Amino acid sequence: MNFDRTEERQMLSDTMRRYLSDRYGTEIRNAILESETGMSEEIWSGLAELGLLGALFGEADGGYGGDGFDIAVVFEELGRAGVVEPVLDTAILGGGLVAALGTGAQKAMVDEVIAGTCHLALAHGEPHSRYDLSRVETRATLNGDTITISGRKAVVVNAEQADPLIVSTREYGDADAQDGISLFLVPANALGVTLRGYPLLAGGRAAEVSLDEVIVPADSRLGPAGAAYPALARAVAAANVALAAEVMGAMENAVALTKDYLMTRKQFGRPIGTFQALAHRMADMLIEMEQARSAVINAAGHLGSDAKTRDLQIASARNLLGRVGRLVAEEAIQMHGGIAMTREYELAHIAKRIVMSEHRFGDADYHLERFIELSAA
Amino acid sequence: MDLSYSPEELAFRDDVRAFLDEHVTPELAAKVRGDGELSKADMENWHAVLNARGWLATNWPRDFGGAEWNAVQRHIFEEECAMANAPRIVPFGLTMLGPVLQKFGSREQQDYYLPRILNGEHWWCQGYSEPGAGSDLASLKTRAVRDGDHFVVNGQKTWTTLGQFANWIFCLVRTDLEAKQQEGISFLLIDMDTPGIEVRPIILLDGTHEVNEVWFTDVRVPVENLVGEENKGWTYAKYLLTHERTNIAGVGFSRAGLAAVKRMARNERSGGRPLIENSHFAARLAQVEIDLMAMSTTNLRIISKAAAGEAPGVEASMLKVKGTVIRQEINDLARRAVGPYAMPFASEAVDGDNDPVGPDYAGPLAAQYFNNRKLSVFGGSNEIQRGIIAKVTMGGAG
Repeated sequence: MNFDRTEERQMLSDTMRRYLSDRYGTEIRNAILESETGMSEEIWSGLAELGLLGALFGEADGGYGGDGFDIAVVFEELGRAGVVEPVLDTAILGGGLVAALGTGAQKAMVDEVIAGTCHLALAHGEPHSRYDLSRVETRATLNGDTITISGRKAVVVNAEQADPLIVSTREYGDADAQDGISLFLVPANALGVTLRGYPLLAGGRAAEVSLDEVIVPADSRLGPAGAAYPALARAVAAANVALAAEVMGAMENAVALTKDYLMTRKQFGRPIGTFQALAHRMADMLIEMEQARSAVINAAGHLGSDAKTRDLQIASARNLLGRVGRLVAEEAIQMHGGIAMTREYELAHIAKRIVMSEHRFGDADYHLERFIELSAA
Repeated sequence: MDLSYSPEELAFRDDVRAFLDEHVTPELAAKVRGDGELSKADMENWHAVLNARGWLATNWPRDFGGAEWNAVQRHIFEEECAMANAPRIVPFGLTMLGPVLQKFGSREQQDYYLPRILNGEHWWCQGYSEPGAGSDLASLKTRAVRDGDHFVVNGQKTWTTLGQFANWIFCLVRTDLEAKQQEGISFLLIDMDTPGIEVRPIILLDGTHEVNEVWFTDVRVPVENLVGEENKGWTYAKYLLTHERTNIAGVGFSRAGLAAVKRMARNERSGGRPLIENSHFAARLAQVEIDLMAMSTTNLRIISKAAAGEAPGVEASMLKVKGTVIRQEINDLARRAVGPYAMPFASEAVDGDNDPVGPDYAGPLAAQYFNNRKLSVFGGSNEIQRGIIAKVTMGGAG
């Protein structure tokens, strides 16, 4: 048994923390949030140079990590700093899928992702799919050596930056069948692709993507026809590890800010942290944080397990992180008072990252249901 | 024991409903639900509509131009307004300053200010909190020094709601540095056009501008703008706070919010079926509804006591805590109901000439969830309320 980080991971974590604490303060971040692209090219290249994108891929794919714990280390630091740049979308989801399913030629894209010169987005969710991973109604029809794709994709994060988009489609089967789902690499400028972009409440941008009889060559299919679901589920599992770790890092920041505030803010002639009513609530948060830390370790440690074990651990972690995240975000705001609700104060953004992460790939309720389903099976 | 309204009260409710039916347009209701931002003009127009009917100052005596309703009537009105998505009354002049002037103000002050609150000429804001004086309001530091027939005011107020629209501010200022904290405070009325006042916006985490900082640099205020006696302001401030705590449970807002979540949950799909049929979501919804049903009776119990002339005591604090917890829980369910469509940033997701992103009700939900975290912070934080409850019921403990 050994719960220590490897030296390499600890170094990466330290480097990231230094880099981000120097370059990612509230003022800079607020400027990024309001920018047209919702991200900073400078930060993006900086992150690539630090090697953190490479840490998210295995050696066979040109990286030097790719394990659940590599993902956790990187995203914990991204979460701590409240980074809004789309590492999840470009690297974990986009890059992860291309690495898992791509042909030799397609895989050249992974090198570009690692170098920070290519953006990807997974266009998967649909207006009525909510968090159901196998519900895909966008159609793909084979005509000779081309494919025609029609459908609508909802809240596609990083869609405007991405080229190509990775679009999930149904080639056959019922609307919610795992069997029959195919992925396609669709160039951003393909005829019939329309994006309607907008900013997200917790930072970054997304788009509604309409695909209106978009024609792509049949060899732009990523992976086998109708059998992309297992790889999709694996990539989303990795994304869930990333999101859990991101929330963990964000919570650590929220709790650190709250601790400082409780010991410096004076009301009624003494630091408010000396009031037992607040001190005990801080203690409760710290107890729950340790639970969360272990849940992240469980999820990261089982990313490579068989699908059922993996998904049970993932559902468990995201349920727990969802619950603890809400507690920490709300309590941190409450114990600060009004200041935490202002845009100029770091906690406001961190709390938004924590809470809004629940809306990607399932909130605590969804993952509770998943857990019940999987443990009954 | 009789849980139902009297025939007179029911007739009154019908009057209110008919009035709201006529005056709350669908566009206005949509803005109030959060699909847009109420402008200053929207709020002023709504005051004018109510004033024309004599229903603006519901708690003021008729002699001062009020409706002089009892607590039950006010409750019915507030609840119907909330259910109809009518704009909220801007409370600073009407429910806060008005009663203070009526009880402690001079005849001249009553004659001058009260009609101007009603006709909208004066828009008041509240100068209470300071950066160092939040829950511990009595530690405020803004100073007022007598200089001939003026006070000279220096200092800073914060969390001044809608201060950007106000032309008057009522302030707690320190006039005696030697006295014990609560005893050196005075209550001043200040014209916001006086030189030396600067209003700076505070942007909240949902991107909205509803609160401000107000800075005072050598602001000269005529002595006749002092309310009551010098150094007795804390008494008036406390009186005002008891009025701030009416409708504190927000039952109407919770009912409207719950009804909205149910509508959404019938429309949203989960696993291919309506979300409202999802047993986990339905259970959470039911839990809040059960709490709300009980609280609404607690609220009525306290209101009928108040209508019989008994002053609400510690119950007001209890309603504040329970009422805000329930409202915040409903906000949480609302954002959950729409799944990934909670993510778009409302201000751009809903305005402009494009169709809304996702279902038309989804845009403001996550922003409202964050914005309403304020409910348990302002108006005496829930921690302060719990302290009051403990102190009153256990005699000095807590």
